Order: sequence, then structure tokens, then C-alpha cells
Amino acid sequence: MNKINRPVWFLIPYWTLFTVFVIVPVVAAIYLSFTYFNAIQPPSFIGIRNYIELVTMDSVFMQYVLPNTLKFALIVGPVGYTLSFMLAWMLAQIPKKPRTVLAIILYSPSLTMGVALSSMWRIIFSSDSQGYINSLLLNWGIILEPIQFLSSPQFLMTIMIIVSLWSSMGVGFLAMLAGVLNVDRTLYEAAYIDGVRNRFQEIFYITIPAMKPQMLFGAVMAVVSTFQAGTIGVALSGSNPTPEYAGQLIVNHIEDYGFIRYMMGYAAAISVVLLLMVYVISKVTWKILGERK
Amino acid sequence: MKKRHSSFMSARINPQYFHRSQIPFFIFLILFSTLMLLPILFILNQAFKPQSELFAYPPRFFVRNPTFDNFIELSRLISSSGIPFSRYFLNSLFVTIVGVLLAIIFTGFSAYALSKLKFKGKKLLFEINTLALMFVPIAVQIPRFLIIAKTGLIDTYFAHILPMITMPVAMFLIKQFIDQTPDELIESAKIDGASEMQIFFKIVAPIVAPAIATVGILAFQAIWNDTSTSTLYVNDESKRTLAFYMMTMVSGQGNTVAGQGMAAAAGLIMFLPNLILFIILQSKVMNTMAHSGLK
Repeated sequence: MNKINRPVWFLIPYWTLFTVFVIVPVVAAIYLSFTYFNAIQPPSFIGIRNYIELVTMDSVFMQYVLPNTLKFALIVGPVGYTLSFMLAWMLAQIPKKPRTVLAIILYSPSLTMGVALSSMWRIIFSSDSQGYINSLLLNWGIILEPIQFLSSPQFLMTIMIIVSLWSSMGVGFLAMLAGVLNVDRTLYEAAYIDGVRNRFQEIFYITIPAMKPQMLFGAVMAVVSTFQAGTIGVALSGSNPTPEYAGQLIVNHIEDYGFIRYMMGYAAAISVVLLLMVYVISKVTWKILGERK
Repeated sequence: MKKRHSSFMSARINPQYFHRSQIPFFIFLILFSTLMLLPILFILNQAFKPQSELFAYPPRFFVRNPTFDNFIELSRLISSSGIPFSRYFLNSLFVTIVGVLLAIIFTGFSAYALSKLKFKGKKLLFEINTLALMFVPIAVQIPRFLIIAKTGLIDTYFAHILPMITMPVAMFLIKQFIDQTPDELIESAKIDGASEMQIFFKIVAPIVAPAIATVGILAFQAIWNDTSTSTLYVNDESKRTLAFYMMTMVSGQGNTVAGQGMAAAAGLIMFLPNLILFIILQSKVMNTMAHSGLK
């Protein structure tokens, strides 16, 4: 009887999964990153050679993957996050019923994230004259020939950013909406007595500090979902590598080396770089938000 | 002076009634939402267009004579591959339901222990989980693949479920919610002789129902929409999921005009369950999000 009350029974299921699918993979990635491993022979230790190669010899990584990833992350992350906050704040200014309807509409694109629904965008940007955007532009006389939106390096990155921003009102957005709604009203009253004069001051001096926990949560969600969305270029263009590496993000580079070339040690090194990037960016975001008290 | 400000203010954040001052927000939000809704509306219309309208030039946005042709064509195409549509659908349904239930029980148990039980290392575990909020599963797909291969999960239904329900965010949300329930409730149940399991199922679970619903919805989305587990861990065609099948079918057909209608129908079939579930549970989700803050 007493045995079943032990905390350990409550902990075992979740933490077993956590160990197997989070801790072990991270440790394994770190270990493999110091080895040569082709998935057939056992891994052989080669020190930091993978990392050296990544920085000095992998021109695709330095020329395309890293700049693409930074560009994608630095646009989608902050813009998506700011947009989420602004929309959440505005939604809090209107009564509950219309707010709920509009919030559902704004949230619903984030439900389409994932490979299964990138098909939707492939229809919209389809490259022949029957593609929706193409036929509109043709019909309006803006273009004379259909544009190969998804296979041209020129457009792919922009479309990836638009699609990602479109679906960036996810869990973080909902958290921030709840945050704005729960700010204590007396705080506002006190602030207006203390001389807050307009709504911008109100946002910066009252709303954001009062909902800082949700802001931080939203920021972490924004960073993680931005990097997690990395497969979108491959899903849209239908090929890995993407045309002329235009939409190649770090996640695709891992897949390319890991599952296409079977250089798993090298791919693991890229994974470690990615995990570090997410960690550092989250921490920096945290610092920036934390200081604005 | 004070009075004027407070009445001024109460008309603003979370207002009860419509007020003229809200008009600018309404205008912006409605325009913006409409823009956001366009791609989804487009798919909805496209899915019900007959062939003649799919081929129409210039293309129309709205469907004129809606039909189920695309859906019928889709199920015929799927069945012609040797494995009936229902098989993929049942696979998805099965792994999603089992996954959602396991996610709720596993994360709920752990959250309860971290919130209300006393043991060593509790704080450390919660900190590890908070750190794991930053974890990007896609980064470690190779080690995960190796682990799944080593543990013999390849080609089992568990390969669809177990990696997807390890969700630090879900554990975090449900733990923060349980923190809000008063200790007295649990203490008095203990005095009455209830075991921790009984307390969890009979007292805590009903109180934290909103958080449980939220975890359920997150698990549902993660599993129902996922194509990666079918791609990487399951080679047995008869055990793959609907999402995977839709993806492969669409990437094969999506570029032809005839395929577009089917692709849209497939997209709709995948998307609607997510949306309906969210609409049903949205007030519970919002309730949970109020406690989502990171301190």
C-alpha cells in the first residue's frame, strides 16, 4: 500500500521517456560529433576534426547554410514574436466573444505547421500557369511567364519566411494573450495616477513588465519553433538540397549528411552546433527581455 | 481625478462591452485575420472544386458548384496503392488516441510529483525540464533514430508514439497549473486515508482538467500531423500513418492541376481535426496559458 505512494512511481514513466528521447540523444550527439561514423562500422574517435571541417572546409555550410539559418531565424523569430505580442495586446482591447473568434483565426495557421500541410503552399505557389498566384499575376498582366516560385533560389527564402511568419502565432501567442488579459487592473490605475500618459508608455512600463513570465515563455517558444520549422524549405521545394541551397537551413544540412550521405559523426557535430545556437539565442533573448524592467 | 481614470481604464483591457474606442482595433484585427485566413479559405474552396473549376482561367477563389469529387478521387487513389485508406486512417487514429492518453498520464504524474510530493532532487528535475523547453527534437534526429533502432522500436506503433509524447512544454504547463491547487485539499484527502494515486485521479486531475486538455491537444497535434516517424522509424507500409501517406501522395500529385484538388482535400482532412479540437477546448487552453509564465 505504502509502496504505491512513493514519488518514484509518478516519476518513472515521464523521466524514462525524457532520458531515452532527450538526454541520451543529446549526449549521443555530443559523443558522435567527435567520431567518424557511417552507421555500418562502429564509430571511431577523431577528436574535433568534424568541427574543424565544418568551419574550414564545408563551404556549403559557411556560404549558404549558416547565413540562411541566421537570416531566417533573425527575421522569423523577432518579427513573429513581436507580431504575436501586438496581436495579443490588441485582442485584449476588445470584448470576449469577437476576441475568441479572432484568436482562433490567428492561431489556426500554426496548426498547419508540419510537412503534411506544406502541400497547401505548393498548390498556391505552383509553378505552372495554373498555380494560383501565377495565374493571378498573369491575368493582371504583371508577369508574362509563370514564375518558378518554389524552385527558384530568388523566391524560395522569401516564401519560407512568409509561410513561417503566417504560422507563427502558436502556443507563445496564446500564452501572451492570457498574460495581457491577466495583468492586474489596479496596476494601470496606479500608473496613470503616477503620470503614464499614453498607451505606448502603458505597454512598456506596465503591460510588459507585469506579464514578463509569459513574455519569456513566448520568447522561448518563438526561438524553438523557428528552428524546428527548419524543414520548410525542403518541404516547399520538394528536394534536399534545396535549389542552389537557397532555402537550405541547418536542419536540412543535418539530414543531408546524416540520412543521405550517412556521415553521421559529421551530422552530429552540426546537431551540436544547432543545439548550442538555440541555447545561446534563448539566453540572449532572455537577457534582453529581463533587463527591460 | 482618480475616478475618471479608473472608469477610463476599465473600458480598455478585457472590456465587457463594445465601445467606440475599440473600433480601430476591430478594423486592424479583422483585416489582419482575413489576410491570415485566406490560405485556409483557399484550400477549403479548392478541395470542393470540380475539375472544370480547377482548370478555370482566370482562376476563381470561391467554389461555384461544390462537389466531393476530390475526396472520392483521393480515396480511390489511396486504395489503388494496395493498402486501403481506412488502414492509414485507423493507424493514425490508434497512435493518436493512445499517444494522447499516455502523454496525459505520464506528464500528469510527473507534474504532480514535482509540484506536490516531497523528495530529493525535485527542484533539479524541474530545472532540467525547464532547460529542455529549449530542446529542438529535430536537431537530434540521428541519435534518436539510432536509439529507436537499438531498442527494437522500429516498425512498431510505439515508434510513432513514444518520441512524440516526450514534451517538456506539456510537463511544464501542467506542473505550473498544479502549483495553483491548494495543499490543504491534498492534505485533508491524505488524512481521510487516500493514496497518492487516488489523490491524483480523484482530486488533482479534475481540478487541473484545463491543463490536461491542453496537454492532450498538444499531443494530438504532435502525433496527428507528424510525418517524420513514418519516414524514419517505420518501413512497414501497413503501419504508416495518414499524415505520411497524404504527404507522399501530394508530393507525387500536387504539381498537376488534377492533383491540386486532391492535395487540397488531403490538406483539409489533416487540418480540420486540429481546428475542431482546438475550438472545443480553447477556453481550457487559455485558462492553462494564464499559468504558463517562466520566472
